[in-house]
Amino acid sequence: MNKIIKNFKNIKYGPAPEDNKDVVKWINELEKPNKLFIDGKWTKSSSNKKIKSINPANNNKLASLIVANAKDINLAVKAAKSAYKKWSNTSANTRSKYLYALARLIQKHSRFLAVLETMDNGKPIRETRDIDIPLVARHFYYHAGWAAKINKKKVKSIGVVGQIIPWNFPLLMLAWKIAPAIATGNTVVLKPAEFTSLTALYFAELCQKAGIPKGVINIVTGDGGTGELITKHPDIQKIAFTGSTQVGKKIIQSTASSEKKLTMELGGKSPFIVFEDADLDSAVEGVVDAIWFNQGQVCCAGSRLLVQESIEKKFIKKLKKRMEKLRVGNPLDKSIDIGAIVASVQLKKIKQIVKKGEKEGCSLWQPSWASPKEGLFYPPSLFTNVSPSSYIAQIEIFGPVLTVLSFRTPSEAVSIANNTPYGLAASVWSENINLALDVAPKIKAGVIWINSTNLFDAACGFGGYKESGFGREGGSEGIRAYVDVSLPEISLKQKRKHKATLKLPIIDRTPKLYIGGKQKRPDSGYSFNQLTSNNKFICDIGRANRKDVRDCVEVAAQAYSKQPNNFNRSQILFYLAENLEQRKSTFIDLLINISGTTKNNAEKEFDMSCERIFYYASMADKFEGNIHNPPMRGLTLAVKESLGVIACLLDNNYPLLSISTILSSLFANGNASIIVPAEQSSLIATSMYQVFETSDIPPGYINILTTKQNELNTTLAQHENVDGIWCFSSNLKTRSDVTRNTIYNLKRYWCPKIKNLNWISNSEDFLLEFLYQGSQVKNIWIPYGE
Amino acid sequence: MKLDLNLINNIKVNLSAIERRTSSITKRRSVKKEFQAAWLLKAITLIDLTTLSGDDTFGKLERLCEKARKPISLDLQNHLEVNQDLIKVAAVCVYHHLVSEAKRILPKNIPVAAVSTGFPAGLSSFKTRKLEIIESIKNGADEIDIVINRGFVLQNKWDQLYKEVKDFKLAAKNKHIKAILGVGDLETLRNVAKASMVCMMAGADFIKTSTGKELINANLNNSLVMLRMIRQFYEMTGKKIGFKPAGGISTAKTVVEFLILVKEELGNNWINPKLLRIGASSLLIDIERQLYHYALGRYANKDKLALG
Repeated sequence: MNKIIKNFKNIKYGPAPEDNKDVVKWINELEKPNKLFIDGKWTKSSSNKKIKSINPANNNKLASLIVANAKDINLAVKAAKSAYKKWSNTSANTRSKYLYALARLIQKHSRFLAVLETMDNGKPIRETRDIDIPLVARHFYYHAGWAAKINKKKVKSIGVVGQIIPWNFPLLMLAWKIAPAIATGNTVVLKPAEFTSLTALYFAELCQKAGIPKGVINIVTGDGGTGELITKHPDIQKIAFTGSTQVGKKIIQSTASSEKKLTMELGGKSPFIVFEDADLDSAVEGVVDAIWFNQGQVCCAGSRLLVQESIEKKFIKKLKKRMEKLRVGNPLDKSIDIGAIVASVQLKKIKQIVKKGEKEGCSLWQPSWASPKEGLFYPPSLFTNVSPSSYIAQIEIFGPVLTVLSFRTPSEAVSIANNTPYGLAASVWSENINLALDVAPKIKAGVIWINSTNLFDAACGFGGYKESGFGREGGSEGIRAYVDVSLPEISLKQKRKHKATLKLPIIDRTPKLYIGGKQKRPDSGYSFNQLTSNNKFICDIGRANRKDVRDCVEVAAQAYSKQPNNFNRSQILFYLAENLEQRKSTFIDLLINISGTTKNNAEKEFDMSCERIFYYASMADKFEGNIHNPPMRGLTLAVKESLGVIACLLDNNYPLLSISTILSSLFANGNASIIVPAEQSSLIATSMYQVFETSDIPPGYINILTTKQNELNTTLAQHENVDGIWCFSSNLKTRSDVTRNTIYNLKRYWCPKIKNLNWISNSEDFLLEFLYQGSQVKNIWIPYGE
Repeated sequence: MKLDLNLINNIKVNLSAIERRTSSITKRRSVKKEFQAAWLLKAITLIDLTTLSGDDTFGKLERLCEKARKPISLDLQNHLEVNQDLIKVAAVCVYHHLVSEAKRILPKNIPVAAVSTGFPAGLSSFKTRKLEIIESIKNGADEIDIVINRGFVLQNKWDQLYKEVKDFKLAAKNKHIKAILGVGDLETLRNVAKASMVCMMAGADFIKTSTGKELINANLNNSLVMLRMIRQFYEMTGKKIGFKPAGGISTAKTVVEFLILVKEELGNNWINPKLLRIGASSLLIDIERQLYHYALGRYANKDKLALG
């Protein structure tokens, strides 16, 4: 029968392959193995280790990639380091022009890049063509704009940045990393993922075309070992990593002692919440975009579907019908929804997890059609009969596998949504704006999409809460990740050392721990000496132990759950400053005796402390978020949220001013705090709690644990219910030990690598830094329209 | 079916999500070569070839009917190796005054649809509108395209809308009625969805986007909403209601997008003249041009293609 008539009768799609001749030719002409892009030229490697790059759609080998060795990395870092001097001093306007040139070049070669990406990664051409590559160009444009914008403002760059990117969005992740880094004047050494390096190599060619000064962008191929060489390189000041939580934790540990700045974009198990009053048909499409986008190999994939019980059956029925219509196959075909899984190890992992899910008794459903046998394909899969404790509901699968859970009420939806170590993203579907905007702040995740999913734009920050990482990419918050905020330091000359004379009243003092708004005797039953600066005994101080930490965290977390609003916090802090003023003489005596400072300096520190509390009292309702304007009809709210319970380890420097700064800045943001003063100045801290008690600080919101030097550091840093830890020790080992110990729940840490912090500084950047460190940005996308 | 107000009031439509779906669906599917040719031929068979102008005359009608019978040139048919009997438009759609003439000219297998009920505003007296249906049928109309009172929708007078459509259906007896929503006047997609549902409950055999006279006519967004309502109605009642986008579909590319939308949302079962019509006047020429290109490998001069 005539082909047309045959198709006429049962109206089918037929093949619609994208032409790939030019790309194949380019791949064939690639040197075998490839060279590395170092110092603006293609450099031969001394390594003889190679990896194979394949096309996952057919398992054909595409190229042979060199695994860069230590010598190569040294060379690349050296090139970046020497380029840095000039590049960081290049006018921002000139840098802007280079970024603009890259944006243009990407647009000019957009289809080539899309085809190459699809062949290398296996994702459908529809996605590379309509999503990945346009976003890449957008990212360079946006940051070209940033380079121009910061021209007007003094911004300090960091130095050489090592960037390690994943295979799921090879070129897009490259853009997310490179664009902000070079816009702000840093130079980079970037390692693409071993499975997907080809578009990065083509991008290097574009860099040459754009005339990017040599050494500003260096691209080296390799595997995990190469990545490790980058993270450990002493001349790299910052690591930006996107990948698994597991590797992210390793990087935190391995860079702790070199104190590199880090941005971590890690894993996720994002909830997709459908309320009964949602546009269900649209929500079904949302699910498709959430979990069957890029074969589900997306860190923010909506992999946990949470459906309200009243509509669960109906919704699953709709979803299954929709799944039947999905098309899996040749990713170069324009009518394909789901392409190939990136590599056979990944496919194997998905299969294993699915098997385990079935074994656990969860019901697996897949559409009736079969996926192609050749190539690395996996059908869209749906697990029902899942409970929050099921293995597949907890583990990040990174494949086209969706698990369904149900909930009854909004608060139950929130608790299930948050019942995961991750916190990258969430989708909330409801036609009730009150409900949607009520739920959004309650979900602990860096990105919330209302009635939408997987929306990205260079103008909006992207990044996680909890074990999904820290730092943001995109938007003004992403720029912060590549800017150096150095804290003020006191010169040694200014350091004070005076002989003190004991002038304290003789009344016996019984300082205790301050936990949950109550004075508590330490669990240990031990005390240690509070001495004057010339080692005279003043009194005994309670020595807190592990159990005190446990109790303290518990009450702090409880207190945090009843966060007073910002106006209340502001009032309380004002009141605190007022009450502190009245105890001026007490504190001045303490300062003179314990810090051994002059009366003049003690008065100055005291006055500064009151002023500081006043400052943060006034900032409690002024450290606000932004509204981003991505190109859509809608808003993206970049909300600044508190972190939770923050532990704070102080040193002996400006004991009253440091504790005042810490407690008021943390409180202004709404964090609950556990403050551990330096052993030597414990009495100053404990003298504060009487002021707390008279100032209506909600019980448990500010807690003080006194102890011997560094004794509680590990316990606090490892405590998984502590959300953040600040350590102001001047000792590198102390700081890096704290950093290393944060990995168990990936708590936010701030351990400024500075010898003698000048707490007296009143620079706005310095004061704001405390507020930034005590907050995280959540981007809430609100498309609208009727 | 009875009017279910509870259902109507609970209809939810999210505009941004609808827009995302329609902008992605047209990029998620592509039809090429002989498949595209087949789809375009299929599209021809779904066309309600229409002339609805104030200046319609018998001469214009004759040309239209001729084109309806032979939508593509014989030459092209031979190149494509398709049987002439296979390729004819679904119906011819005219004002009441041309119904009997159209009936006389057209072969039996091409039905005539009449736009009745005070097309396009639908605001003449209920009595005359109903009478128009009866008259059109008397003159031989096989199908009746009615226009709904958009005011009822804007004022949420669902019971009145329901009653009117039901009355029209009764007046049309056993003939198919297509309810024209006038989507451009309804403004919101939520209104489009609710009006679709009420019309189907009242017994409309087809729901049709627009008269072609409003500022906004058929587009993928309002069509998607209507298709989803049809699907919901089918799931509730087992009854398949037809869909007719009209106005603004004038290129082959656009019509393929509509077909893709129907195929994805409702399935192949809906892609036949019993359940899918495309109201168009100039679409045919562009389809012919594309087929010409497919058959001969070069682009056609428009003067080589017969006017309708």
